[in-house]
Amino acid sequence: MMSNTKFILGVYEDEDILLSAITNIRTAGVKIHEVYSPFPVHGIDDVLGYKRSKLSIVAFLFGVLGTSLALTMQIGMMGVDWPMIIGGKDFIPYPSFVPVIFELTVLLAAYGMCFTFFIVSDLKPWAKPRIFDLRITDDKHVMAIDLDQNKIDVAKIDKILKDNGASEVNQKTFDEA
Amino acid sequence: MTTVEEKYDFSLKAKKNLLITVGIGIALTVLGIVLMSTGGHHEEAAHESGHAFSWINRLGVDIWINNIYFTGIAIVGVFFFALQYAAQAGWSAGIKRIPLAFGSWLPIAGILMLVSFFVFGHDLFHWTHHDLYDTTSHEFDSIINAKKAYFFWPLSDHPSVPVFFIARMVFFFGLWYYLFMKLRKLAFQEHFEGGTASWYSMRKLSAVFLIIFAVTSSIAAWDWVMSIDTHWFSTMFGWYVFASWWVTTLALITFITIHLKEKGLLSIVNENHLHDIGKFVFAFSVFWTYIWFSQFLLIYYANIPEETIYFVERWNNDQYGIIFFVNLFLNFILPFLLLMPRDAKRHTAILKVVTPIVIFGHWIDFYLMITPGSLKENGGYGLVEFGTMLIYGGAFFYVVFNSLSKAPLFAKNDPMLNESLHHHVQ
Repeated sequence: MMSNTKFILGVYEDEDILLSAITNIRTAGVKIHEVYSPFPVHGIDDVLGYKRSKLSIVAFLFGVLGTSLALTMQIGMMGVDWPMIIGGKDFIPYPSFVPVIFELTVLLAAYGMCFTFFIVSDLKPWAKPRIFDLRITDDKHVMAIDLDQNKIDVAKIDKILKDNGASEVNQKTFDEA
Repeated sequence: MTTVEEKYDFSLKAKKNLLITVGIGIALTVLGIVLMSTGGHHEEAAHESGHAFSWINRLGVDIWINNIYFTGIAIVGVFFFALQYAAQAGWSAGIKRIPLAFGSWLPIAGILMLVSFFVFGHDLFHWTHHDLYDTTSHEFDSIINAKKAYFFWPLSDHPSVPVFFIARMVFFFGLWYYLFMKLRKLAFQEHFEGGTASWYSMRKLSAVFLIIFAVTSSIAAWDWVMSIDTHWFSTMFGWYVFASWWVTTLALITFITIHLKEKGLLSIVNENHLHDIGKFVFAFSVFWTYIWFSQFLLIYYANIPEETIYFVERWNNDQYGIIFFVNLFLNFILPFLLLMPRDAKRHTAILKVVTPIVIFGHWIDFYLMITPGSLKENGGYGLVEFGTMLIYGGAFFYVVFNSLSKAPLFAKNDPMLNESLHHHVQ
């Protein structure tokens, strides 16, 4: 099954003009699909109305998982499965467990966060990225507006973009399986 | 630039409150001493162990704890200031005058420390007892005798006055105060004259200060704290003391920043700056724990008697065992869990709870470094400890706020001010 996704692209030269354009366009009732920039633009998350990522909560939960795993593993090995006296310590010497607890907490938090990020961002080796405009890796900011999401006339969106400082307005259609 | 000059007004009411704090401290200390000298189990404990123990010993130790604690905050305040210049940090332009004001405590701290060493030195430091170096005495201690040059040089053949020790103390305070005054003078010059010349001189001077501080703070920690347990040593003790001082200072900067903001001052400091300084408190609480644990784990695991004695005195002990865990709870678990969420650092509500906990928690940390080694089973915690803390705290804040009120809260010609105004943290 083939579906066509049609986008209108506003090309911007300057990030200050881009920021005010985003605010104006959103108040005009146009839904913005995504904005692509060659470098991080401060404050762009706020004007786009993006909510803060919940990735840090995921990292914390993976960290807790790592802590519990390290504790369970060491208590199981050293205290239950094959108890041994090492250096005159108890079978379950908690202070000696701390380095392993620390390492596994960091390892699982880092890997868990990374892979969660890959999954939610749909980053996979066989992913086919949509390239809206090659110049977004060079010197242009591109604002993509999904026509399916907007029940506004194309010419009107075109005009709004131009009125808000877009240096050019293009269209792009992706054929996707 | 649209920034207005802001000045802190050290009001009569604030002065009165701080003086009342000092007064309450004196009253509590006197009350504690009276209760101690009119019977009580401490006298009995002293008789049992055969040592002459009186309230003077305990008062001396409490004064020493406060000497170390507040000296640390004063010099590490200057360290924070210097660090901003050496690292060319821009975000802190609005708050860096606060730690600089801590340095005003240095001359008083130096005099207090020198005087209390002469008054209470014998109660605090085992190594000051002359019998230890007398080969004919039954008190002779070959280990301490081998270290005597560190304290008594050039009089090491006849250990009487610890010349080298006192000379180091005077030299460190003199050097620190000199560098602090130089930085302060340049900071005012920056404010009134503008330009970048004073900024560059400050950056150079800061780099020099950081190197000097790295060496002197470590030696100061060995001299003033580690030598109390004269037989025992730890190669990371300098770091440990510094970590404790550093996180206390960061918490205090945060606390005073919030205090000033609530007074309507520091309009150029917003939640982004609070977020950064809050991250500092969070990160260095973890750093302190890392240092603390690294020192502990090696001693615990190696299990060598002359090393483990340090933790036997502090952990396997009815008197100090509880404080040992309170220390970890207040300085690691609470700040770690409470400051972890982003919002906790951006809003004042949680910072206002956590920073006093950290500030008080590290007082306990110094209590645990000093008291068990010097008072052994005669130590305790009660009115005298709390009273002396209030006296020192009240006096310290009086000096700091007085110093803060002498100049505007931030330099209007600071080259970094513009960067600080646009500071933005995700």
